[in-house]
Amino acid sequence: MDRRGLILGAGAFSTASLLALLPGAAEATPQAAAELLRKLAKGAPQHGRVTLTAPDIADNGNAVPLTVSVASPMTEADHVTAIHVVADGNPNPGVISVRLGPHNGRAEVTLRIRLASTEKVIALAEMKDGSLWTASRDVAVIVGGCGAP
Amino acid sequence: MVQDVQPRIRIPSQIKPGEVIEVKTLATHEMESGQRRDAAGNLVPRRIINRLTCTYNGRPVFEAAIEPAVAANPYIAFFLKATESGTLDFAWTDDDGTVYRARQAIKVG
Repeated sequence: MDRRGLILGAGAFSTASLLALLPGAAEATPQAAAELLRKLAKGAPQHGRVTLTAPDIADNGNAVPLTVSVASPMTEADHVTAIHVVADGNPNPGVISVRLGPHNGRAEVTLRIRLASTEKVIALAEMKDGSLWTASRDVAVIVGGCGAP
Repeated sequence: MVQDVQPRIRIPSQIKPGEVIEVKTLATHEMESGQRRDAAGNLVPRRIINRLTCTYNGRPVFEAAIEPAVAANPYIAFFLKATESGTLDFAWTDDDGTVYRARQAIKVG
């Protein structure tokens, strides 16, 4: 076998082995993520008030630090009731939904999430008055964190 | 696989009345996503902690519905307005129905 054949062969092998590592389930699409968000909270979200803090580039998709904070006085009359997080490139778009109230004092949650690939993380906040606020953030992932053994 | 779940809670040791504090929680758990395949190529069944709740002197103050996209050894931190001394009770619910509990004393003043 000549050198070109070897290289091509190696390429084919690594592609095949990568495919073997991938889960059987199809990846979530931005449509699936949007659909889930519509199911989680009824209404038309406005952009703003929500801040997503995450690295621009995550070396390891198995544990990507994420903070979602929402600008809110967190009073009895005006507070965040829920924060939902979805990711549009994971096998399932859902990440977490938290319930909050005025007793929290501050509408912010921090966690570590799994991202399968470079994808968009979307947060949606529900307010006491029924309004919805959203923000999203692209995170580049070097090593995906879902199907790997 | 048997889960040896160790819940960990961290709150500030000195809290002024009305102060908003960060409550940091962690439970040691694999969070098997249900997407992974074993060496033989079979899907490893999903087994995650799907819920975390916290009550403050018996009143619910935090609730999270958790999906497999939360990383192993789920670390979840949230805020709480500390109004009185007492206890924080935490409960993590496993897919198999097991509830892991932890209690944290909170001293305000």
